[in-house]
Amino acid sequence: MSQRPYPTPALPMRGPFPRPAAVPASRPAQMAARSWLFALGTLLAGSPTAAYEVYVSNERDNTISVIDGESLEVVRTLEVGERPRGIVLSQDATRLYVCTSDDDHVETLDLATGRVLHTLPSGPDPELMALGADGTRLYIANEDDNMVTVVDVETREKVTEIPVGIEPEGIGLSPDGRVLVNTSETTNMAHFIDTETLEIVANVVVGTRPRVAQFTPDGRQVWVSSEIGGTVAVIDSATHEIVHTIDFEVPGLRPESIQPVGVAIAADGSDKVYIALGPSARVAVVDAITYEVEDYLLVGPRVWNLAFSPDGERLFTTNGVSGDVSVIDLERRRVIKSVKVGRLPWGVVVAP
Amino acid sequence: MRRSPRRVPACLLAGLLLALASAPVRPAGAVESADSAGPVRVDIVRISRAEQPLEPLSFLDLPVEDDGAAGAELGLADNRTTGGFLGHEYRYENVRVAADADLAARVAQLVGQGAQALLLDLDETDLGLAAGAMGSALGFNVRDQSDALRNEACHANLLHVVPSRAMRADALAQYLAWKRWRKVALVTGRHPPDAAFAAALERAVARFGLDLVARADWTREPGARRTDSGHHTAQSEIPTFTRFKDHDVLLVADAFDEFGEYLPYRTERPRPVAGTQGLVPTAWSRTHEQWGATQLQRRFEALAGRVMSPRDQAGWLAMRSIGEAVTRTGRGDADAMRTFLLGPDFALAGFKGVPLSYRDWNGQLRQPILLSAARMLVSVSPQDGFLHQHSELDTLGYDRPESACEAYDP
Repeated sequence: MSQRPYPTPALPMRGPFPRPAAVPASRPAQMAARSWLFALGTLLAGSPTAAYEVYVSNERDNTISVIDGESLEVVRTLEVGERPRGIVLSQDATRLYVCTSDDDHVETLDLATGRVLHTLPSGPDPELMALGADGTRLYIANEDDNMVTVVDVETREKVTEIPVGIEPEGIGLSPDGRVLVNTSETTNMAHFIDTETLEIVANVVVGTRPRVAQFTPDGRQVWVSSEIGGTVAVIDSATHEIVHTIDFEVPGLRPESIQPVGVAIAADGSDKVYIALGPSARVAVVDAITYEVEDYLLVGPRVWNLAFSPDGERLFTTNGVSGDVSVIDLERRRVIKSVKVGRLPWGVVVAP
Repeated sequence: MRRSPRRVPACLLAGLLLALASAPVRPAGAVESADSAGPVRVDIVRISRAEQPLEPLSFLDLPVEDDGAAGAELGLADNRTTGGFLGHEYRYENVRVAADADLAARVAQLVGQGAQALLLDLDETDLGLAAGAMGSALGFNVRDQSDALRNEACHANLLHVVPSRAMRADALAQYLAWKRWRKVALVTGRHPPDAAFAAALERAVARFGLDLVARADWTREPGARRTDSGHHTAQSEIPTFTRFKDHDVLLVADAFDEFGEYLPYRTERPRPVAGTQGLVPTAWSRTHEQWGATQLQRRFEALAGRVMSPRDQAGWLAMRSIGEAVTRTGRGDADAMRTFLLGPDFALAGFKGVPLSYRDWNGQLRQPILLSAARMLVSVSPQDGFLHQHSELDTLGYDRPESACEAYDP
């Protein structure tokens, strides 16, 4: 942390910082469970909202925009390889792993210098990934070869490849790091993978073209968005049964334009889930207990992925077509700012 | 349509009902029926007739031998991957009948042997014959664009994966209207499909407020495509032929690629060309890379060693329709497939940015139409601003109130 060029907040040291339940998901998920404790710790320390940065991958521009969490301005733009999409922070938040899809590898970006340190092997067209609980294993969905690739970020070598369905897309990791869920877009499944044996333990058929898979902070459920099916499936992680399917309806909008992609599950005890609805330019606010859709917040068209601020009070959305990031005040349920970034913003993560 | 009722033993039915009653809320996607109904299997046959591949006028395009078949094979492989996870079996046979074979008899024989789904890669006449002979099996038209088989001559167990000529013409006309290129001239070739596409263009011109200022028929024999100094002939012929009243765009209907490629850059006035050549409305093109299409293009090229054609795309979509029906219902019979595919729960991911579905008034697959130039995608229709109360995709082709198809149940 000490190498970072921006002020580091005075925070109680609790080892690796918890990250918000961001999508596409990457953080070792036990942190999400600790996040509540962490928020409490922050409160006790009397610290106001800590400084943080938001990283946004711009698919068209081959750049990462860095937004300052306080001023909400783009403070840096970092150049990376071709077609950056899924991004994930290292546990110490000094490095950003970037799926540079058209270069067919993952780049390790040093956030202190803004330089690409080295590349990691993946299959062709890596899209989304998750970092294992130990911080060394990176699980990568390669859209082109029906494999989830497991890479060791330290040795920079492939550990193994797990055959899954056609067009692997989303990757979600359980809070204890033991279960990985991968979605395959053409096979329309959520594959449950044991991270110890690296074998598939269950396949759940979900709505058409599944995208993001996200565990709840208690690990009991996985929420899977289906872009073309227009639904979100809530799957019981123990029984692998779909316990509920969430539908969306926005008055005045064609059903075809409602395409769920990003899923962000609040870890602050509010029991709210936020779902990015693609071309409809809306983010749905869903009650995590009743599954009722409470609200639709207007952001930008082709809203793809979502990430919380470290305090859980704000949500950042990447709006592909309008080329900006909406900042939502979650308490007021209002967009407080649109931050212009590069062309076709795609992934977003927040570093404390 | 003759429906063969699927007989379910009463005890099994009761068991199923009991299972349903005791089960928690189960969405359509859950897989459970396979256990109670035994192994799930579907028998698919693709049928085509032996023919010479079309020789393109441009030397850049190569004739394709396995047009359509490779797309079906990719879709089959995709289905088998899903089936492998679920224990569903997809059997497939690719049948090519001889040029003089009795197609109807062969179709009846295949259905008699248990084929439940037929991919019909046939022209209009053969398609009509096959549809009449396939009994209770479910047919997928993966080639023919004729509007008649989707209207007055429709069959209730025939789904049309390929867009009709009307859909393609409407897609182009919407774009011209959006561009405010309203005045069009039309050149039509000497074959029946040319006249049919010209008719679809004229219908689209009227539907979207364009103005047809001139039309002419190109009746010449094509002659040799490879001649020394051939460009002199075209350079003198085309300007004379295209002396039309002033227009914004020259439309061309030349389905067999006999002369359309000669038009661009040679017309009397400097006008863009669109239709079967120039800016082409099509279901698929290698220029299309949006909405994840890159993945399908690459997977196809890895399999076939060439680019994916619209016919391949139709074969793939037909296979994926079958796969979705089997995956979601846990059944492989024609009746179950037809009911599911025409019902509200079917949403096919076809790399077009929106879910694809079948129109329940004539079995036509709804899909956006690409507008592609030779080397770059130009646009995708329906265009912004062409609204529809149900689905904007229904602004393309024959909408429910315009349909003359009576074979479909209301």
